[in-house]
Amino acid sequence: MSQATAVAEPPVVDIRFEQELADAIVGAWAEDTQKAYMIAPDKILAVLRHLRDVEGYDFLSNLTCVDYKGYGGKLRNDVSERLEVVYRLYSTRIGGGPISLHVRVPQDETVPSATAVFPGANLQEREVYDLFGVKFDGHPNLRRILLWDGFNGHPMRKDWQEAYYEEDVKPFRSRHPKGEYAFHEDKLPWAKNTTYPTGWDPDSWQQPVAYVPVSQAPHHENEPHLDTESIVVNLGPHHPSTHGVFRMLTRVEGETILALEPEMGYLHRNHEKIGERNTWLMNMPFTDRLDYLNSMSNNWSYALAVEKLAGIEVPERAEYLRVIMAEFGRIVNHAWSIGFILNDLGALQTPALYAIEEREMILDLFEAVSGARLMCNYMRFGGVVRDLPAGWHEQATYLANDRLPRALDELDRLLTENEILKARGRGVGYLSVEDLISLSVSGPMIRAGGLAYDIRKAEPYGIYDRFDFDIPTLPNSDIYDRYYIRLLEARESVRILQQALRDIPEGEILGGKGGYTLRAPEGEVYSRLEAPKGELGFYLVSDGKTTPWRYHVRSPSYINLNALGPMSVGYKIADAIVILGAIDIVLGEVDR
Amino acid sequence: MFGTGLLKGLGVTLKHAMDTFNDDREAVPDRYRGSLELGDNRRVIQQPIDQEGLLTIQYPEEKRLLPERFRYIPMLIWDSEKHEDRCTACGICAKVCPPQCIWIVRDSDENGKPVTRASEFYIDAAVCMSCSFCVEFCPFDAIKMNHDYELAVYDRYPQLVYDMEELTVPLEYYAALWPTQYDEEQTRRREEEEQKRRQAEEKARRVATKNAAAKEPTAAGPKRSAAELQKLARERAAQRKTQTADGDKSGDDAAAAKKARMEELKRKAQERARQRKLESGE
Ligand code: SF4
Ligand code: SF4
Repeated sequence: MSQATAVAEPPVVDIRFEQELADAIVGAWAEDTQKAYMIAPDKILAVLRHLRDVEGYDFLSNLTCVDYKGYGGKLRNDVSERLEVVYRLYSTRIGGGPISLHVRVPQDETVPSATAVFPGANLQEREVYDLFGVKFDGHPNLRRILLWDGFNGHPMRKDWQEAYYEEDVKPFRSRHPKGEYAFHEDKLPWAKNTTYPTGWDPDSWQQPVAYVPVSQAPHHENEPHLDTESIVVNLGPHHPSTHGVFRMLTRVEGETILALEPEMGYLHRNHEKIGERNTWLMNMPFTDRLDYLNSMSNNWSYALAVEKLAGIEVPERAEYLRVIMAEFGRIVNHAWSIGFILNDLGALQTPALYAIEEREMILDLFEAVSGARLMCNYMRFGGVVRDLPAGWHEQATYLANDRLPRALDELDRLLTENEILKARGRGVGYLSVEDLISLSVSGPMIRAGGLAYDIRKAEPYGIYDRFDFDIPTLPNSDIYDRYYIRLLEARESVRILQQALRDIPEGEILGGKGGYTLRAPEGEVYSRLEAPKGELGFYLVSDGKTTPWRYHVRSPSYINLNALGPMSVGYKIADAIVILGAIDIVLGEVDR
Repeated sequence: MFGTGLLKGLGVTLKHAMDTFNDDREAVPDRYRGSLELGDNRRVIQQPIDQEGLLTIQYPEEKRLLPERFRYIPMLIWDSEKHEDRCTACGICAKVCPPQCIWIVRDSDENGKPVTRASEFYIDAAVCMSCSFCVEFCPFDAIKMNHDYELAVYDRYPQLVYDMEELTVPLEYYAALWPTQYDEEQTRRREEEEQKRRQAEEKARRVATKNAAAKEPTAAGPKRSAAELQKLARERAAQRKTQTADGDKSGDDAAAAKKARMEELKRKAQERARQRKLESGE
């Protein structure tokens, strides 16, 4: 517990920029919702540097882009640029709310890359390049990331239409009242919808074997006397250690990793494009499919964002129910993650099966209350959809007070002092917490590096300020601590559960006006919560219609992968498996 | 001392192994407590929340007892009391469905005027994401979530595109799957109907007194009494049945098949209700 707990303080809203930066701010966007500074493109790096070094905004949380072509709102009447890159910065030292920056992308569709100031912008800028076609000047590795090189166009642009495109927004008119069913695949048979970028020949294309930084890895740096040659080893995409379809490209010398680069997108379904065709409420069950181990947290995060945008109140009982579900979810997630860290270390199945014993009971509870074990779809704007069934509260109380503490103790006894785990985990995958933060890593990983930053305390949402719980930290920032921090966090979740189940009041579970006809007022919002894997945020832009204009997910699994390469360099290739395991990713959320 | 951590861990696994071993030698192992024996090694398992040790459900002989709120694919309700489909083809479910997998054709009368019933109703079960929005927003309690999850077929089309006939189940089936919710709903529906009836009576009385005062029956008489309306609905339903039977060459066969299906579903529903009773009795 090396550093003081970061607690909420009033956010610094007005930044006093130094004289030479004064002209960097060219305006603001949507004053009524969340304040956002409009920054001149050539000044953005200076502003970011100033915010990081002088104001203490050291965490680049969210970076994405909005395409305003055809925007129907009133707030952007006289603006000619269609693309806008948006940044959200937080401070891990003072806590509190974000600083929002916007940059209007100039005609040549190029803006300076933020990677020079925040290396964590790496993956997010690549995503923007891939999906919007905005180029980032100075980015070390600007390639497509979720889609392959032969993909035609940039799908998040408003004028890009997918195969089976029907209409811009749902509901589609063909469904009622004359809804003759038509077999989708008949409308557009496979291979007739394939197009390639101009000048692109699929037959002559070969996937590059080694990318930057793999191709630029230093040779023989550590052991110049050795006359060996470094080789490229490919792990995945189909490999049990990668937790899904995920690929790691490594350059190794002997068994030591010189460079490692993640490759992803195999599960990409353009969740965000679907989200912009959907009505506000329709997105709720889609969020279940992001991190499918934690649908409760996903639901909640999306609901929070929309509630903030539309000003919807949540009744007391629903707040408690949300906390209960999210904390049960956290225990499930951490138990699962511990089991699989051990799996990746070679302790096949026994720890994993022991760890998920109680998971079954929790999932049974989820099913009893929501109707599904994983795809809960439980929350709505303004509360939750169903109240607890008879007997639920007693069972949950038994779990929280009796069974879960016992199970966590047993897991502790089984694993924590195990000499093999210590030998494999101590000192492996080290990265200093400062590096982790500059790489935009969030969640258990930074707490295992000694920084007590947890959104539940730093910027409390829901009713977390009412509960008595601690933020555990561990000092070493290695695999072993990343295992143990999850056990400690699960214990804190049990504490929260005990209090929430004790205090939950009777009453309404769904308030407000957030039904299926919701029209959110014009504006933008970014809202985040502490999901089990890190900071899960939703960035939404509304032009006042029934569908979001922009729907973006800041997914912790994806952004935490920024650290995978830097963390693996210098360790053995067998360690890379567990270094990945200890980041705890779910590919549904990485690839979206 | 080096190795104590390992030994401690092994102690935990040994305890687990012994627990399971001992439990297995019981006449009724812990994990079958509270489950329903169907004979022949077939069981419906409800894992007790305080059960220790790992549990493997030997599917398909053994199955889990599903909670009432379990949602899978929607089903349409045939009101067996009123002998009509509850669905009025209002289209709300098709509008709220997130993946847009509901297709509804609204029926029309001889003059081409739309009427409040569906002539066709499809759900593409391969696309349905089991979100249950259609159920939440249907104003007529006409669509509910089915619990039947054994839907595997060889082809997506047309097998997984369910038509109205495949989707429709009798009210009793729903009542057996969702007993608590069904009871609540029935109470609410009865109250609403009662209120409607009273309002209609009230209105009829007012009209009658007004007419009596005017000493002249109005020719238009747009409002029919509830009883009349019901009679009309019954007639229409009967008419529709004969129509479909006429329209289809194998109409008799189809009707018979539908009837058989309904009977089968009813039987299943009764069985399930019995199981539930048995289980709650224990
Ligand atoms: S099922 Fe319900 S919501 Fe759907 S069309 Fe029928 S009555 Fe309307
Ligand atoms: S359950 Fe959801 S996805 Fe399935 S038909 Fe109903 S609304 Fe559509």
